[in-house]
Amino acid sequence: MSEILRISGVSKSYSNHQALRNISLSVQEKSIFGLLGPNGAGKTSLIRIINQITGPDSGEVFFKGEKLNLKHVEQMGYLPEERGLYKKMQVGEQVLYLAQLKGLHKQEAKKRLRIWFEKFSMQDWWKKKAEELSKGMQQKVQFIVAVIHEPEFLILDEPFSGFDPINAQLIRDEILELRNKGASVILSTHNMGSVEELCDSIALINRSEKILDGRVKDIRKTFRTHTYRIAFKGNVVGFTNALWTGADITEKEKDEDVHVWTLKARTTVSSNDILNAVLPHCELISFNELIPSMNDIFIRKVSEGNEATGTQSSFTE
Amino acid sequence: MSKIGLIIGREVRAKLSNKTFIVMTLLAPLLTVGFLGLMIYLSASEKTEQKVLVLDESHLFENQLPPNDYIKFSYAKGKLDDAVKQLIDNDYTCLLWVAPNLVDGGAGTTTLRYKKSPGFGFQTYLKSQMEKILYEERLRANNIDPNIIHNAKQNVKLITEKVADNGSIKDDSSFSQIGFVPGVLMFAFVMIYGMMVFRSVMEEKTNRIVEVIISSVRPFELMMGKIIGVAFVGLLQFIAMGLISMLLYSVLSVFFLKEINKNLELFTQQKELVNKHGTNIDLSKLQNFDEQKETLDLVAKIQNINFVKVFVFFILYFVGGYLFYSSILAAIGSAVDSEADSQQFMFPVMLPQLAGYFLAIKSLMSPDSPALFWGSMIPFTSPIVMMTRIAGDVPYWQIIVSLVILYSSFVGMAWLAAKIYRTGVLMYGKKTSWRELGKWLFYRN
Repeated sequence: MSEILRISGVSKSYSNHQALRNISLSVQEKSIFGLLGPNGAGKTSLIRIINQITGPDSGEVFFKGEKLNLKHVEQMGYLPEERGLYKKMQVGEQVLYLAQLKGLHKQEAKKRLRIWFEKFSMQDWWKKKAEELSKGMQQKVQFIVAVIHEPEFLILDEPFSGFDPINAQLIRDEILELRNKGASVILSTHNMGSVEELCDSIALINRSEKILDGRVKDIRKTFRTHTYRIAFKGNVVGFTNALWTGADITEKEKDEDVHVWTLKARTTVSSNDILNAVLPHCELISFNELIPSMNDIFIRKVSEGNEATGTQSSFTE
Repeated sequence: MSKIGLIIGREVRAKLSNKTFIVMTLLAPLLTVGFLGLMIYLSASEKTEQKVLVLDESHLFENQLPPNDYIKFSYAKGKLDDAVKQLIDNDYTCLLWVAPNLVDGGAGTTTLRYKKSPGFGFQTYLKSQMEKILYEERLRANNIDPNIIHNAKQNVKLITEKVADNGSIKDDSSFSQIGFVPGVLMFAFVMIYGMMVFRSVMEEKTNRIVEVIISSVRPFELMMGKIIGVAFVGLLQFIAMGLISMLLYSVLSVFFLKEINKNLELFTQQKELVNKHGTNIDLSKLQNFDEQKETLDLVAKIQNINFVKVFVFFILYFVGGYLFYSSILAAIGSAVDSEADSQQFMFPVMLPQLAGYFLAIKSLMSPDSPALFWGSMIPFTSPIVMMTRIAGDVPYWQIIVSLVILYSSFVGMAWLAAKIYRTGVLMYGKKTSWRELGKWLFYRN
């Protein structure tokens, strides 16, 4: 896999605060990249720099190996977090207009728009004014605007907000399909469920700085706490004694005659060691490692950062 | 560049698909010309026929009141009651009753009873004729020949003529009197279309579509596309309204202005005759236009205006002034979240235009003052002030210099406005101050 976007050492400051401090990251081709961070961390500033809405104070951005320039604009699609449409303009008209601004020819745009309208079963919206549509309907139109010119690179800022679960699923499937067809996606969201589900890799930004990045699987592995959940039937005393040297019991639950315990193993102790120790004393029902969710990691990293500087987190989901 | 074309196209279509806009384009000239027509009609209705029955118990006016084309006098004898009966039974329109003691003890009070409402013009005519008769009557009573008094009085008419450097003389008849009409129109047009740009910018910002657009085009292109688009709309509307007005005016003039034009022709001929021969000609043969003199002078002035010149420069100054002010208004529109927030910025924008407007009014008094000269050079006021002067006799070098200053100021202003605009459209929820706008000018992008 090769790299489609590389950001190296980008900083940006406004008159009264620094929005980005020396950010570097890299997005691989045909992947979904999660851009995470609490509100006000600097995600939108970074996205605007990639979109060339603003420029960085220092640092560089490379798109497909070239220094970012105006010609790249047509190869990118953008769904901003704060998004809107012309209220009085017909839906079909405005998508055509915005598609043409992205360099698509009118006829081609019309053809593709028909296909999209059919896909989202909204054929009869063409002549409707945007103000006549519900918020969810408008969101669909905005999503089409972002993707109609079939960009190689897509930036989606909170794409699921405002959608009901059914439509959110529709958009999720669309994003995956676009990725499978070869597009690369930057997904900025607070919805950690969708990050785990969709993203191949992520970067976490807090207080203008990148505090974490990498492949989702690797990150979750790094943050493993050697916590296991074991369900068994049998002698509780023998079981406890067997664990004595290898792990602490952090939680005990009992469902009829099945015990469900949570164990935190010493770092030198492997899962095999634990199983070997307890098996003589019980009938094993299930055993699995509790890998921290992205949500846990997010909260942990962000609050660590904030504690370090002694301030309260402004994070709200 | 083709993207600017798209933006212009959208802006034009959005305005043209607005029903209010279409209705106003058609209605404004209809209202203007209709109002003009109404005025003319009302003044014409003053000339409706009046058959006046006069019961003159003072015996001062018997067979003395001069009739004209539409006012006829008949004289009654006998008692007031009989005369009233005569008024009712016959086709007289009113009854003028003069009491026997009109002069001694009546203090000049007479009564006019009417069946058909006497217009103001008719009343004035009646009053002035009666006063004239009484005046002459008194003179005679003191053994003074009224002709002596008339001959002793000499009116003075001042004809203003401008001497050009090459010695040629021109009757400029002080255009300024009419000149401030295009000046005021300029003010109105520049503000109307400037505000259109302002609203369009603010609309895109508040419904948050602007972020998608400026991820496709540069903010400068978007701003300029908008300004140029509205300029097209403005010119289109201006030309449409002009054509409709002209059409209506010519229809109107066929029906209503025929007489005025006829009189004007005669009036002009007589004026030339008097200018050529002085008082050696037989004045009694000339028609007396005293009553209409003011109107005819004004109409003559209007007809002397070089409309093509005024029109061409109006367009040039309108486009220049509009471009200049709409850049400022676009910057302001990008900086605010609602029209209410824009008040603090609007006043300083209106101020120079109001100053220009007052200068324009001042031009009625002194068309060649230095204040007017500078007012017609400074781009903030030049469109308005120069338009008030232009149909008069402004040297072409002044016009050219003023236009060059105006258009180059637009370039400078657009450059500044773009700096504010690109920052402003992405700033939400913060009330912007002048200080803030100043800072945005220096943001790097």
